[in-house]
Amino acid sequence: MDLGLEVLFKGRNLIRLLGGLGMALKISLIAVLISIPLGILMGSFMTVKNRVVTLILRFYLEFIRIMPQLVLLFLVFFGTTRAFGLNVSGEAASIFVFALWGTAEMGDLVRGALQGIAAHQYESAYALGMTKAQTYFYIVFPQTVRRLIPLSINLITRMIKTTSLIVMIGVVEVLKVAQQIIEANRTASPNAAFGVYLFVLLMYFAACFPISRLAGYLEKKWR
Amino acid sequence: MKIRKVLGTVLTLALTLSLTACGKAGNDSNKGYRTVDEIKKSGTINIGVFSDKNPFGYVDENGEYQGYDVYFANRIGEDLGVDVNFVSTEAANRIEYLQTGKVDIILANFTVTKERAEEVDFASPYMNVALGVVSPDSKIITSLDNWDANDEIIVISGTTAETYLIENYPDIKLQKYDSYANAKNALENGNAAAWANDNTEVIAFALQNPGYTVGIPSLGSQDTIAPAVTKGNETLLKWLNDEIVELGKENFFHKDYEATLVDTYGLDYEESLVVEGGIVK
Repeated sequence: MDLGLEVLFKGRNLIRLLGGLGMALKISLIAVLISIPLGILMGSFMTVKNRVVTLILRFYLEFIRIMPQLVLLFLVFFGTTRAFGLNVSGEAASIFVFALWGTAEMGDLVRGALQGIAAHQYESAYALGMTKAQTYFYIVFPQTVRRLIPLSINLITRMIKTTSLIVMIGVVEVLKVAQQIIEANRTASPNAAFGVYLFVLLMYFAACFPISRLAGYLEKKWR
Repeated sequence: MKIRKVLGTVLTLALTLSLTACGKAGNDSNKGYRTVDEIKKSGTINIGVFSDKNPFGYVDENGEYQGYDVYFANRIGEDLGVDVNFVSTEAANRIEYLQTGKVDIILANFTVTKERAEEVDFASPYMNVALGVVSPDSKIITSLDNWDANDEIIVISGTTAETYLIENYPDIKLQKYDSYANAKNALENGNAAAWANDNTEVIAFALQNPGYTVGIPSLGSQDTIAPAVTKGNETLLKWLNDEIVELGKENFFHKDYEATLVDTYGLDYEESLVVEGGIVK
């Protein structure tokens, strides 16, 4: 059966596909780097016993969860231009939206992990004369981070996969390059769709698999 | 202790990144578009094209934009004396791109309709589109009048062909399919007498599949494809209209057709598809 795999090796197609994957990874990784610290901060604030703070953060979290990512992308990319005349690039808008989303999800994960730390851990720390800050840095955070690793890795891989939406605001990533290649060859190799999408699947796998392996390794090492 | 250090680094990094991301933004004026002079001064024109609609706008294996729309776009850049920055657009976001001034011109196979003309300004047309009907050579259908009540016609759901036939030929029985591939299979299996779709689609189909002929190459209302600019961008609109008239004198769009569309549609349809000088015959 002809899978049209030959189109992958035509001209610079292979490099273009890798470049597309690079774009997807770049945006999700930058967004992750931003959302981890902000998420930890948000998660810590979510455990604060203050009605107003919890309410605001809860609202933020639910808003981001309910809104489809595509709507958020349009809102940031086109909306900022309409409302404030700001001309945000597609890449910057994508990073911003993914960081907003990552921070919200990460915050909720951190909240869960923090609340899962048993009360005696705090009490023992205070009993040893540690201050509140010391307790958080030396006792609570190290334990939370370990619990967080598998959960946040899941978030990273989800983010990488969701980058396929950013084409709607003009950022050409791996899936768009794949469609361009298929369409450019639609008369010469009508079956190319299967081969090219198969290759894209393998590329996503190659990108996400090491990340989840790393999570498994860290989980074991820090147990 | 370690964790605090790591956190500190990550935070600084995140802050720097978000700041550089913001630094790129914000420079444009508030009217939402750029005049011809402003485009010339900046040295670059942003043109929105399709990047996956062969042969109108697509990207070849070397990563270069190609196609009928792109050929025209390159000429616009040349005549304005500026570089062309191609922006990959989708059917669904073409209007939004113009309204926010994120592109100066849309050249993405944009069909002129009344609804769209309220949102953007169309320049003179450079191509025709209409509906077409393809049928097997054994029984070529050249007219939809005097339709045999036992015959059915294939359409793809949601296309202009479907709406047009329901409105104008309510007696003709339709066979509806969801996708191009299913409609194609149905015609090849002889499920119906003919297939109605955009004429560019049926012409390309007949050329690639021997044994089928486009008996009706243009049916119903003639629509046109034209460049579009942001509503109110009069200088650019006027420049484009003048440009299209000028290009007509050298038969530019015929050359464009011969360079980009002839492989898909053959020479027979050149006159019916190309609009020269902005004047629809």
